[in-house]
Amino acid sequence: MATTRILEWLGRFYVVLLLGFLYLPIIIMAAMSFNASPFYQLPFEWTTDWYASLWQNEQLIAATWNSIEIAVITTLISTVLGSMASLAFYRHEFRGKKVLQALLFPPIAIPWLITGTAMLIFFFGVGIGRGLVAILLGHVALALPYVIVVVSARLQTFAPELEEAARSLGANQWQVTMRVTLPWIMPGVIAGGLFAFAVSFDQFVVSYFLSTPGQTTLPVEIYAAIRKGFTPEINAVSTIIIAVSMALMLLTARFFKFGGEK
Amino acid sequence: MAGVQVANVSRSFGAHKALDDVSIDFADGGFYALLGPSGSGKTTLLRQIAGFDFPDAGRIAIGGESVERVPVEKRRIGMVFQNYALFPNMSVADNVAFGLSVRGEPKATIATEVQRALDLVQLGKLGGRKPHQLSGGQRQRVALARAIVTKPRVLLLDEPLGALDKALRVDMQIELKRIQREIGITTIFVTHDQEEALTMSDRIGILRDGRLVQEGPPEEIYDRPQSEFAATFLGDANIFRGDATGSGIRLPDGTTIAASTGASVPAGAKASCAVRPERIRISTGAAKPDAGNANTLKGQVSRRIFAGNNSTYFVDRDGQTLKVIVQNTGAERLAEGQPVVLSWSPDSTVLIAA
Repeated sequence: MATTRILEWLGRFYVVLLLGFLYLPIIIMAAMSFNASPFYQLPFEWTTDWYASLWQNEQLIAATWNSIEIAVITTLISTVLGSMASLAFYRHEFRGKKVLQALLFPPIAIPWLITGTAMLIFFFGVGIGRGLVAILLGHVALALPYVIVVVSARLQTFAPELEEAARSLGANQWQVTMRVTLPWIMPGVIAGGLFAFAVSFDQFVVSYFLSTPGQTTLPVEIYAAIRKGFTPEINAVSTIIIAVSMALMLLTARFFKFGGEK
Repeated sequence: MAGVQVANVSRSFGAHKALDDVSIDFADGGFYALLGPSGSGKTTLLRQIAGFDFPDAGRIAIGGESVERVPVEKRRIGMVFQNYALFPNMSVADNVAFGLSVRGEPKATIATEVQRALDLVQLGKLGGRKPHQLSGGQRQRVALARAIVTKPRVLLLDEPLGALDKALRVDMQIELKRIQREIGITTIFVTHDQEEALTMSDRIGILRDGRLVQEGPPEEIYDRPQSEFAATFLGDANIFRGDATGSGIRLPDGTTIAASTGASVPAGAKASCAVRPERIRISTGAAKPDAGNANTLKGQVSRRIFAGNNSTYFVDRDGQTLKVIVQNTGAERLAEGQPVVLSWSPDSTVLIAA
C-alpha cells in the first residue's frame, strides 16, 4: 500500500516537473511582458506600456497582419486541396498511389532550412522571386502533407457502405461528398486546418528565406527586431502569439478527441 | 415496379471468375433469394444489378430497359445493406428523407412520404432519433424505410438480417415479407441462410463458384435438386452414388435403389440418388416395411440426437453414415448400436446425373 502511494506521488511530481519544464520559460516571458523594467529587473512592477508601444510599432503590426493573412489563406487552400487529395486517395485505386502516399511524409521530416533553401532557388528559377506570394506558396506546400495525413486518418474510420447507400438513393458524387462524407470527416478537416494554420503562423525558417524587408511575417520581424536590440515589446508580441497558438492547439486537441469517438 | 432480367452476365476480378455466364429472370413483384456459400458470387451478382459494379459481359435489364452500363444513382433501385449503412450524422427522418431530398422533392411531400414510410415499418414515432440510439432491429427497419420511400423499381437486400440475433431475425423475416407484399415490389435478397431462403422467397437461385446451380420455387428445389450440391446445400440429404439402371441406381455392393423423380440418366452412366432424412422410415426390422417403401437398407444406429419434436438417427451402413429424422410421436426410441432397417419410397428418391 505504502509503495503504491509513493509511486502515485512520484507520478504527480513527474507531471508537475514536465509541465514546469514546458511552461516555465513561457510564463516568465509572459510575466516580464507586464513588468515595467526593460532589463528583467525585480521587484515586479505591473505595466501594460509594452503592449501600448507595440501598438505604435507599425512594422511589427504590418508583419502581424501579413502573418494572419498568409496563415488564413494557407489554411483555406491547403485544407480544401488536402481534403480533396485525401478523398481521391480513399476512393480510387490508381497506378502509383502507394508511391504518392509515401511521398507525402518526407516533406514533414526534411529540415525546413533545406526546404526553405530549395524553395528560394526554385522561386527564383521560375521568376516568382521572394515576397508574400512566395511565402504563401511555400506555406501551402508545407501545410498540405499535414492536412492529408490528418484527414486520411479520419477517413479510415469512414464506412464505404455509407457512400454506396447514398448513391443507391440517387445521390450524385457531389451530393454524396457534401451530405455524407464531408460531415463525417469534418473533425479531421478542422483539425487539419488548425495544423495548417499553426504550420504557417509559427513558420520562421521558410518565411525568413522567402521574405523581403518590406514583405515579411511576424516571426521574421521579431527575429530582425531582436537582432537590432531587444525590447520588452518582443515579450508582449510573443505572449500574444503564444496565447493564440495555444488556443488553436487546444482546439485541435478537442477535435482530435472528438474525432476518436463514435 | 419492374422485373429484372440478367442474361449471360460474367464478371472477373483478375484471374478469379466471380460470375460465370449467369442468367436469371426475376419476375415483377416476386421475392427472390440468391443463396450460396461465401465466395459463390451472390453478392457480386447483386452489386451488378444495383450498379455498383459493371459486368464484363452480358445484359442486365430492369423493367425491360438495359441498365448494365447505367451507374447506381440512375438505376432507381432501393438497397438495404448488411450493416444498415445509416447516415450517422442524420436523424432517422433525415435518413429516410435522403433519397427524396437529393431528388429535390418539395419539403411538404418529403415530410408526408417519410412519415408514411416510417409508419409502414412501425417506427412512426422515432423520426427524431439518431441511428446510434436505435436497436439493431430498429436500424434495419429504418434502412428498409429509407430504401423503399423513393418507390424504387426493385429492392435489393444484401444479407439484411445477418447482423440480428435469431429471435429478432425470425420477426424481421415475417415483417419484411409483410412489407414486400404490401408494396408489391420486386425483391432480390442475398443470403447464405438456407432456412431464410426457404421461408421467405417465391423463388430461389443457388449459386456456386460464380455459376447458377439451380433456380426455381423453394419446394421444387427442395424436392427435386438437380445436383448433389443443391441437394446438400438446401436442406439435408443422404447421397448414394452408383451406376444408373434406368429406374434408379445400383450401388457398388450390388444393392439397387429405385428412384422415380429427378433426371433421366441412361443406364450404365454414373449417377447418384438424394433422399431427404425425414422421408426415411426407421424400424427394428421385426415389422415388414410398408408397401410402397420399396427401397430398404440394413444398418446399425450409431448415434441419436434428441431435439424435442424430433430425433436424428445416424445409421451406419457399409461405411456410409445415413441420417434419418423421426418425428417424436411417443413411440419407442431406438438405442445406439441397435440393428435397424431403413425404408423409403422411390418417389422420395431423386436421381441426379453425375
